[in-house]
Amino acid sequence: MNLHAPLSTFAAGPMTPEPLRVRSIRRETADTWTFSIDVSRRPGGFPFRPGQFNMLYAFGVGEVAISISGDPGRPGELLHTVRTVGPVTHALRGIGRGGTLGVRGPYGQPWPLEEARGQDVVVVAGGLGLAPLRPAILHLLRHRAEYGRVSVLMGARTPEDLPFRRELMRWRTNSRLRVLVSVDKASPGWTEHVGVVPALLRDVEVEPARTVAWMCGPEVMMRFAVRELERLGVPDSRIHLSLERNMKCAVGFCGHCQLVPHFVCKDGPVFPYERLRPFIHLREV
Amino acid sequence: MPPPLPSLEQHPFLSGLSPEQVSLVARRSHAVSFPARALLLREGEQANTLYLLRSGRVVLEQNVPGRGPTLLETLKGGDILGLSWLFPPYRWHLDARAVEPVEAFAIDASCLRGPTPEHPVLEPVLAMRLLRHLYDRLERVRLQRLDVYKAGA
Repeated sequence: MNLHAPLSTFAAGPMTPEPLRVRSIRRETADTWTFSIDVSRRPGGFPFRPGQFNMLYAFGVGEVAISISGDPGRPGELLHTVRTVGPVTHALRGIGRGGTLGVRGPYGQPWPLEEARGQDVVVVAGGLGLAPLRPAILHLLRHRAEYGRVSVLMGARTPEDLPFRRELMRWRTNSRLRVLVSVDKASPGWTEHVGVVPALLRDVEVEPARTVAWMCGPEVMMRFAVRELERLGVPDSRIHLSLERNMKCAVGFCGHCQLVPHFVCKDGPVFPYERLRPFIHLREV
Repeated sequence: MPPPLPSLEQHPFLSGLSPEQVSLVARRSHAVSFPARALLLREGEQANTLYLLRSGRVVLEQNVPGRGPTLLETLKGGDILGLSWLFPPYRWHLDARAVEPVEAFAIDASCLRGPTPEHPVLEPVLAMRLLRHLYDRLERVRLQRLDVYKAGA
C-alpha cells in the first residue's frame, strides 16, 4: 500500500457512482454482512487508505456511507461490512451475489499510520466499529516491525454480536498482537471478559509518551474510552476517533455531516481528539 | 515461570497505606485460592468478607428467574470483590464464580465496617478507596446500561 496515494480515486466525478458487481456476501452477525465487490476490471483495483469510506448506492433507493473493511495491501478486493438498519442497507442486502450496486469514493481522512510508526498502538473498537479499524490492523500486521506493541480491545453487546469473530479469535493466537474481547452481556460458557470495553484499558500497559490510540464505535463508548485514556495520561493529540455522522454528498458540499467547523466526510471521519474536544459534547450538531 | 503473586501491601486497594495500616488489615486477612468454576459468593448467603483478587478472573452473575444466570462483569487480579458486607442485612446480592483458578486475600469485613479502636485513621482511608471503587463501577454500569451497540442506539 502506498501511504502517499491520493486520498480519492474517483474518475467520473465526485457525485457519480460507479456500477460494480457483488462478488460474494458473507454473514458476520444476525444483521451484519460483508460484501466483496468485484473491482477486477479496474486497473489497479480499488486502492484506499485504512479508515476511508465509500458511498454505496442501492440504485433507486439511496446512498449510504460505509467504511472499507478490507485489506489495503490487497486493492484487488474491495470489502464493505454493512449492518442492515434502514431502507438503504436493507436494499443493499437485497442486491445479492452477482447483483450491481453503485460505488463512489474512497473518501475521508485515514488513520494516521505514518505518525504511529515506532509507537505502541492501542486500537479500541466497539461493535461494527471494528470494520474501519480492520484495514489499519491488517496494515499493522503486514508492517509489524515498524510499530511497537499493538493491542486490540474489542467490545460488543453479546458474543453473537461480534463481527469478524473467527478472525478476532485467530488474532488472539497471534503473538505479535494482543487482543482482548469484552461483551456487555453473556450467558454461562462465555469465558472472555464481561463488561464495557473502556475497562479493558486497565489490562494494557500504556506508556503515554509512546502510545497512540485509535478508536471507532458508538460515540458514547468512545467518550468513556477517551476519559480512561486521559486517566492513564495519554494526550488528546495521540487519540484518534472515527466519527459517524449523517453523510450525503461525502465531499464537503452539503453540510449534513458538519460538526461546527469540520465536515466529517472530508476533514474526517478520523480526527485527533484534540480537534474534536470543543465540539464532541455539543448536542445540536 | 509465572510472575510471583503480589503480596498484601502490593495490592492496589492497599498500596500507599502505612505499614501500620497494612499490618492491621493483615491481622484480619488470609490467603485463599479457588479452582475454576468455584463459587466465591453465593446470592443470599452471609456477606462478611472482602476479597482482594491477586490473580485469576471472577465473573459476577445474576440469576434471573426464567432466564437463568446472566454474566454481568468480569473482575481480575488487582480488583476487589464483594461489597454487600458494607450495609445490613449483610448478604451477597450476586453470585461470583471463578472463570479460572483464583488467588485472593480474604479480609474479615467486620474490621472494616465500623471505627477501629486500634487505628482510627484506617476506616476513612479505606472508605475513600471503597468509594472510588464504587464510583468506577457505577460509571461502567451506566455505560453498560446504555446498550450502546443496539441498532439505532
